[in-house]
Amino acid sequence: MHELSITKSMLDLVLDQAQKNGAEKVQGITLVIGEMSGVVDDCVRFYFDFLSKGTIAEGAHISVKIMPAQARCRECGKQFKLNGLDWLCPSCGTTQINIVEGKELYLESIEVP
Amino acid sequence: MKIKILKDILSANDQRAKENRELLNRNGILAINFTASPGAGKTSLILETINRLKADIKIGVVEGDVSSSLDAEMVVKKGVPVVQINTGGTCHLDATMVASAFNNLPLEEIELLLIENVGNLICPAAFALGEDLNVLISSVPEGDDKPHKYPVMFSKAHLVVLNKIDLLPHVLFDLPAFTEAVKGLNNGVEIFEVSCKTGQGIERWTSWLSNRLNKRPSTS
Repeated sequence: MHELSITKSMLDLVLDQAQKNGAEKVQGITLVIGEMSGVVDDCVRFYFDFLSKGTIAEGAHISVKIMPAQARCRECGKQFKLNGLDWLCPSCGTTQINIVEGKELYLESIEVP
Repeated sequence: MKIKILKDILSANDQRAKENRELLNRNGILAINFTASPGAGKTSLILETINRLKADIKIGVVEGDVSSSLDAEMVVKKGVPVVQINTGGTCHLDATMVASAFNNLPLEEIELLLIENVGNLICPAAFALGEDLNVLISSVPEGDDKPHKYPVMFSKAHLVVLNKIDLLPHVLFDLPAFTEAVKGLNNGVEIFEVSCKTGQGIERWTSWLSNRLNKRPSTS
């Protein structure tokens, strides 16, 4: 349920960036959300509809790019996609891994007239 | 027209956390953000830390809970300044809440600030508070599979405390598997095995903390 705070922050950032660019309306928003960020995109959309009412971003279409969770093995250097509870390097079987992708949570772009 | 932004959604919180950190540094305070699932022993570890270090180190506490002031009341009894933050449903503390707690703490009289986050192993990972150290408390009855169920929290921790080790003989908990999973996700992280109930291992934790405090940059 931290999506409420996250959506508020996202809306603030969108409005701030729109203003800096002299936009009078925001038609679209593209977010990048990592699979491991713990953020559910449907919740963000749900809260956004409420929070954006009466702002220049009201009605904006939200596109979400989901970044898959990726890890790199510290032993053999192999980079691989993390699937469910499988936390072993598929190449050498070790648990010595760094999460290298999938924690992202950023505003990629906004679409303005 | 598409405008590239490429900015972290939580950049406003990160900025506020940076300001908190600067304020804490100016006052020579080491701040710890304790995260854990509900019931793992955050308050117990804070109380034990106060018991052992209170005579030598000036401690302050920020208690974060969805509701109630039960934890803060226990800290007050120890004679330590404490602020209770009730998040009113929000599942984590954020940098703004912690900044407002600073207004009610005698910062100039504090050397060690213990911040108890809301019991939750997901949401607090995203919200920096301005802390120096993230300490994750896990406990034996929760099971040894927690590192892989909450990998982001475990990979971010500067230190992991495994509490309730007095229960090891009574529950199914594979300690070597837990240790391997934690160290696999978080290279080189130290694990402190403790029991807040029996006091086992607490000395090692508080000695580590005292040493860490002595390494703070001098503010004078």
